[in-house]
Amino acid sequence: MKFGIVVNEGPYQHQASDTAYLFCKAAIAKGHEVWRVFFYHDGVNNASRLTEPPQDDRNIVNRWSKLAEEHGVDLVVCVAAALRRGIKEENLAQGFRISGLGQLVEAGIKTDRLVVFGD
Amino acid sequence: MLHIINKSPLANNALDSCLRVAQSGEILLIEDAVYAATAGNAFEGKIRKALERFRIHVLQPDLEARGLADRVIEGVSPVDYGGFVDLTTTNKTCQSWL
Amino acid sequence: MSNIKKFMFVNRKAPYGTIYALEALEVVLITAAFDQDVSLVFLDDGVYQLKKGQQTKGIETKNFSPAYRALEGYDIEKLYVEKESLEARGISEEDLLVDVTVLGRAEMGALMDQQDVVLSF
Repeated sequence: MKFGIVVNEGPYQHQASDTAYLFCKAAIAKGHEVWRVFFYHDGVNNASRLTEPPQDDRNIVNRWSKLAEEHGVDLVVCVAAALRRGIKEENLAQGFRISGLGQLVEAGIKTDRLVVFGD
Repeated sequence: MLHIINKSPLANNALDSCLRVAQSGEILLIEDAVYAATAGNAFEGKIRKALERFRIHVLQPDLEARGLADRVIEGVSPVDYGGFVDLTTTNKTCQSWL
Repeated sequence: MSNIKKFMFVNRKAPYGTIYALEALEVVLITAAFDQDVSLVFLDDGVYQLKKGQQTKGIETKNFSPAYRALEGYDIEKLYVEKESLEARGISEEDLLVDVTVLGRAEMGALMDQQDVVLSF
C-alpha cells in the first residue's frame, strides 16, 4: 500500500515525530511504500539542519534525511508554517523540500492511507 | 475505522470523545494513551465497557517504555509498530484524535 | 468521480490558545481548490472556533473567525457540529457565526465512518 504521513509536532518536544518515523520504518519493512511525509504546524522544525542533539540521543532530523535517501520518501515542509517558524532553504536538512499545503491535499488524494501524528 | 489515541485519559478528553462519538470499530492506544490500557486506574471501567463495542489495541513499545507492560487489561491486545501498520491497512480509514 | 475523495477535517481545539485552529483552516481553504468532497467537523473545544463576536485586538492576534464565513464562497458548505459538544459548553446554534448542521454523537460517528481521508490537527 501507498502511505501518506503527516507530522504536526516538532522533534524532541513531543513523541509524534518519533512515532511517525517508527511507523514509516515498519511500513517499509512490510513492503509498503511511504510516498510522502508532510510536516505541518511545529512539525516543520523536524527539517532544521541546525538541530544538534546530545551525542547519546537519537538524531531525529538525520533519521528523516536517511529515510528519504534510502527509501525515496518525499519529505515536504509546509512553506507557510515554515516561514512562520524560521525554517528556510538555507537551514533545511538534506532530503527535505519546502512546498505548499497543496502537497498535503495531494497526499490525501494519491495515497491509500493518510496517517496523522501530532499532539 | 481505526481510531488512534495518544493522550492519557486521566489528563485529556480525547479517548472519552472518541468513545462518545464513534459507535464501533477499532481503537489503538499509543504514546501517553497507553495508560488507558492498564488495569488499576480510574479509567479501567470505561475501557472494559468499551471492549463490548470496540476492538482495542495498545502499542507495546510505548507500554514498555512507561514500565506498564505487565498491567494490560484483559481483552486489550498489544501490537508492535508492524501491527500498527497492519491496523491502518485492514481498516479503510484512520483518525487520530488529536 | 473516482478521483473525488471524501475529506473530513476534525477540529477539536479552541482558537488562539494554540495555532492548530488557524492552520487547520488554511489547509481547508487549499483543499477547496482540489475539487474534493470536503466536510468540516467541530467537536469538543473545536466548537469555540465558531463562536460569534471574537475580538482579538487586545491579544494583538489576527481574528481569523471571519474566514469561516468565507468558506461558502469556496464551495465548502458541509459544516457539522456535535450537539453534545455544544451542550457541554452552554453554546447554542445562534451563538455560532456560520450556518452549521448539528448532529448527535451517533450521527457524527456514522458520518466519520463514511470518509476516505480524515485529517485532524
